[in-house]
Order: sequence, then structure tokens, then C-alpha cells
Amino acid sequence: MVAGTLTTVPERPVAEGEPATAKAKAEVASADDGERGGALVRVGSQAPAVAPLLDPRLSDVDAWGRSERARALLRLLYDPIYSSWFRVEWEGLDKIPTTGGALLVANHAAAIPSDAPVIMHGIETELKRPVYALADFLFRRLPVVGTIWNRAGGVTAHPDNAYRLLRQEHQLVLVFPEGTKGTAKTFDTRYRLRRFGRGGFVEAAMRAGVPVIPIAVVGAEESMPTLWRSTTLAKVLGLPYFPITANMLLLGPVLGLLGYFPAKFKLRVLDPVTFDVPPDQERYSKSRVMDEAEAIRIAIQDELHDMLRDRQSVWRG
Amino acid sequence: MSIGSIARRRVLVTGLSTFWGGRVALALERDPTVEVIIGLDTEDPTVELERTEYVRADQSYSILNRLVRATQVDTILHTFLVVDSTRSRGRALHEGNVIGTMNLLAAAGATGSSVRNLVVKSSTVVYGASHRDPATFGEDMARTSPARTGLERSLLEVEGSLADFTADNPHVDVSLLRFANVLGPESTTSLSRLLDLPAVPAVAGFDPLLQFVEEHDVVRAILHVMDTGASGTFNVAGEGRLPWSECAALCGRRTLPVLPAFATERLLGPLARFTELPAEVLSLLRYGRGVDTSRLRATGFRYTCTSAGAVDAHARAARLRLTLGQVAGYRWEPDVEAFFRTSPSVVRDEP
Repeated sequence: MVAGTLTTVPERPVAEGEPATAKAKAEVASADDGERGGALVRVGSQAPAVAPLLDPRLSDVDAWGRSERARALLRLLYDPIYSSWFRVEWEGLDKIPTTGGALLVANHAAAIPSDAPVIMHGIETELKRPVYALADFLFRRLPVVGTIWNRAGGVTAHPDNAYRLLRQEHQLVLVFPEGTKGTAKTFDTRYRLRRFGRGGFVEAAMRAGVPVIPIAVVGAEESMPTLWRSTTLAKVLGLPYFPITANMLLLGPVLGLLGYFPAKFKLRVLDPVTFDVPPDQERYSKSRVMDEAEAIRIAIQDELHDMLRDRQSVWRG
Repeated sequence: MSIGSIARRRVLVTGLSTFWGGRVALALERDPTVEVIIGLDTEDPTVELERTEYVRADQSYSILNRLVRATQVDTILHTFLVVDSTRSRGRALHEGNVIGTMNLLAAAGATGSSVRNLVVKSSTVVYGASHRDPATFGEDMARTSPARTGLERSLLEVEGSLADFTADNPHVDVSLLRFANVLGPESTTSLSRLLDLPAVPAVAGFDPLLQFVEEHDVVRAILHVMDTGASGTFNVAGEGRLPWSECAALCGRRTLPVLPAFATERLLGPLARFTELPAEVLSLLRYGRGVDTSRLRATGFRYTCTSAGAVDAHARAARLRLTLGQVAGYRWEPDVEAFFRTSPSVVRDEP
């Protein structure tokens, strides 16, 4: 490492600071373009492949904050909850591609969402590829929780983040278009999908040129049902909502935040939706976007009805 | 643009005595295609210069206007901007950044001005650092929260007046370089000072992703846009981002979560003067910042260091300083300089 540093970092600053004379031009032609270990291959790069720059990283945290080591540890800890507590069952997991970008869209529920970890864990263990989840920027403001969430693959739901992840890095991205409207809803309105935002997820998929893969989730609603919401407390604490959950009544205010009920989770992957539009456009027809978003919302809603019709028991499935 | 086809350049460097101005001038001195180098500052240079002519002057319009006209410079490298509010604050910061740049632009855009190339060294601090931010800022993206500190406001104002200048002077190649946080063997910044502490302060519960540019790449980028005549706004930052805890680990240290997780700015803001933790650093230590560097790469620029490489370069130099102590820097003695430059006794290699 020491020798490597000496060869790339010049001892005298000015030696490297020479302007683009013939020597510098030659350097431009032969220098590598700084990609790390060839992990990201930039297509169409004119620079010939040469040794990458010295990059003395100690952690495996990527540019999004996700760490595969942290994920592996979390998967190990979460697996008993996934397989023994929630007893998760998937249908149609083969509809999720093993390569290339895709936007996963699911219904959202539970006061502290239990669906995101289930979906991420399931896909990562079955398909062996990472899932990045887009979440409200509220997460980033939370100390400790926000950092863990980020290391686990959580990314702020910003259109540019979605575009880069899907278009440039060809990743799987999970989003809940209902946002906090989905998780804030009380138990009497369970499995009734809220508005799918402003269709931003459809626009993101169109711009990135990737399919939307809808996922219907049954079980999350019953894992932490909200009985009542306090608008006053939410305002005081600066939260989008403050739920009083059944878990809190049974387990107390602190343990109730972590203790999910052992509802049986069933997830069904729907057919991928592709859009016949060119990617990378500045703007897409708003009516087209809203139509597509509504169609996807209805498809998930119908699937949920279908799954609930077949469900014998909340706990046994 | 080929080097042979253009006349030898005449370059004005503002902020000659700043860390960057001095290094840029040193690099220019080695370039035979640069005929004249004029350095402007109110303080003595801090590096040993051979043919750079130092003018002790502030950035007032009348002086700048006379200087630009008299020297017929074709290139201005504006390295003077303060991008770290521990260096200058309040009125002085405003005078230097905003008014100084305004005067410089007025002089450069005056009728009959010979200026054809203008390079401005700014900072990615203009993007701010907020929880609403995208992971990666492109050059055309706006910050997501309003500027709160005087430093951010002054830099935004500078960029605004630069945009006006660009629109009014289409014959001038204007490049605005936004540098990420700099680390390297010699530079001292508010972040490098934190990394030099026995335990590195961190905001409790946060471990933001940061991007760095190595100090040599800063000078190289300035000269690169000057030589290629690339115009526009460019982010300059090394490849990759790393958590603050990893920066500390690369320096052989650990982070200590001593900064409060809530109301950080409100609690520490009034203490900024003593703690050397200005508001823009606090928000950076909370949310971090990443920038897209593909635009500068597309002009042919190649970095010598990644972000982690920049941290490592700082760490290695810090270890050396720990052993040797701080080596005394160069001191400008006007009489000595005058002797070496003008005395007939000095044997010079004529080009």
C-alpha cells in the first residue's frame, strides 16, 4: 500500500500540476478513468483499460450508503423473523429479473413498516441481488435509525436517485407509492390502497427505461395495526403521523414499537408493466403517467382482494 | 485548441497568497507557453516564486481595471474565493468573495478588455447539505434547502454574478469549478483539522458519506480547464464516497459522537468561532454530500486520486508531521526577491 501510494501521489505537488502540454496530453490518453476494480464498466469510454487508481477503502459502503457486509449481518439477524415469525411465502418471484434495472412497487402498511424489510430480505436471499429501497427523507433525519437504514440499502426517495440507480446502475429499486399515507392509515381502512402519489414512480421507470413490477403484500396490515392517530403529538414531534397501535397497548409504548404481531405474510409478484416510451425524456405526458399509475394501483388492489378472499386466517394464512 | 496555434499566454492569478493561488502560480511558472504571470493579493506570497510578479493590492475596481488594461492579460484564474468560513466571516467574507468578484468581473468585461478565459474556483458547498438532497448533485441541480450561512450565500451570489458575466460576454470562456472538500499532504481545511484530532468529532447517530478531492487534482483541474478552454460549470471530486467513520479509520483514529444529534446547528452555531465547526461543516457531518463528476471527465480530465486516496494522502502526511513537527514555511522577503529577479549578478537561463 505504501509503495503504491508513492507511485501515484507525486512527492512534489507542482510536478503533477503541469498544464496540458504534449506530456499531459499523452497522460490524458493513457490515464485510467478512475473506476474502482472494474466494478462499474462505463460503456463507450475511450480511455484504454489501465491499472485503476489506488483506492485504500476500509469498508464496503457504496456511493448510496449501502454496505453488503451490513446487509449480510442484518440478513442473519432477520432470517428467524422472516421465516419463523412472519413465515413469508412468495408467489411469482421468477417474474423479478435477475439482471437489469426494475422498479418494484408494493402496497404499504403497518405503523412502522414491516413490508420493506420482508421484501428486501426475500429478494436478496432468493435472487442474490441487492435491493435499494426508496424512503421518505424523514429517515435521513433520524440519528442511528437513519444510518442503519442507509447501510441496509435505504435511499432518499428523490427522482434523481431513482434514475441513477435504475438507469446507470441497473439495480432493483423498491418503492411504496402510497408513502406515509399507506402506513398512517388506521386498521378499519386496511388493504384499501391510498393514492399512488403523483405517479412519480411511473415517470421514474419511464425515464430509466425499466419495467415496473407490482407486488401485492398481505400480512403487513395485521403485523402492527394502527388504532388511532394523534395529530397533536405528530405536530409536536415533527413526524408525518403519530400512531397508537395495538402493539403499543399490549406491549407498552417502547416494546410496542418493535414487537410485531406474527401475521402470516403472503406476497404475490404481478406481471411486469413495461411502457412503450423512449427513456431519458425531460417530460412525459402527465395523463399517460397518471393512467399507468392508476392501472398499477388497481392491479395491486384487485390482487389483494383476490388474496384476501383465499385467506383463511390472519395468523395461519 | 492546440498549444502551438495560440500566442503565449498572459495570466492573472487572484489570491496569490492563498494556498491555491500560490500552487497554481508555481505550476504556471513551469509552463513555457505562459509568458506572464501576475499575482494579486493583499498579503505576501507563501510559496517561492521565480517569475510570477506579485502585486500587493486589494480587489478594488479601479486597481483591477488598470491592472487588466495595463498588462493585457488574456486569462484570469480566480482562486481567491473563501470557501471555508473558519478563514473569514461576516463583512470581510462578503467584501472578499462578493465585492471582489464583482470588481474582477467588471474589470474583465470592460470595453476593450483582452480577457478571453476566466476560471473561477468555487466549492460544492453551494449545494448545501440537507436531508432532502439527492445522493448525487449534478452541475445543473439546485440546492434543496435555502442557504443559511453567510459563506453559502456569498458563494451563491458570486455564481449568480458569474452567470450574468457569462451571458454578457459570450467571447470569454468562463469555467466555474466546484471543488469537493479538499484533503492532501499540505492543505489545511476545517475537515482536515477534525481528522487531526486524537478522536474525530462526529454528530451522534450519523455517519455521512463524503467525497474528497486531492489537493494536486485541484491545481491540475484549474490548469486543465485553462488549457482546454472548457467552459461551463464543473464539479471536481475524486471517485467514490466514504463514510466519515472510514475517513477517521484511514487516519488511524475513531470517531467520537460528541456533537448533539438534535438542534446541532442551533447549539453549536454560536460556538462556531471557538470550535472551528461552522454551520456548513455541521450539516455536512450530518447529511454528507456527493457530486457527479462525469462532466469534467468528459473534457478529458483524469484524476490522480480517488476520495479514499485523498484521505490517505492526508493521513500519510499527518503521520510524517507527527514525527517531524511542523516544518517552517517559505517567507517572502521583498528585497531578496527583487535581488534575484533584477540583479545583473544573478545568472539566468534565458529561454
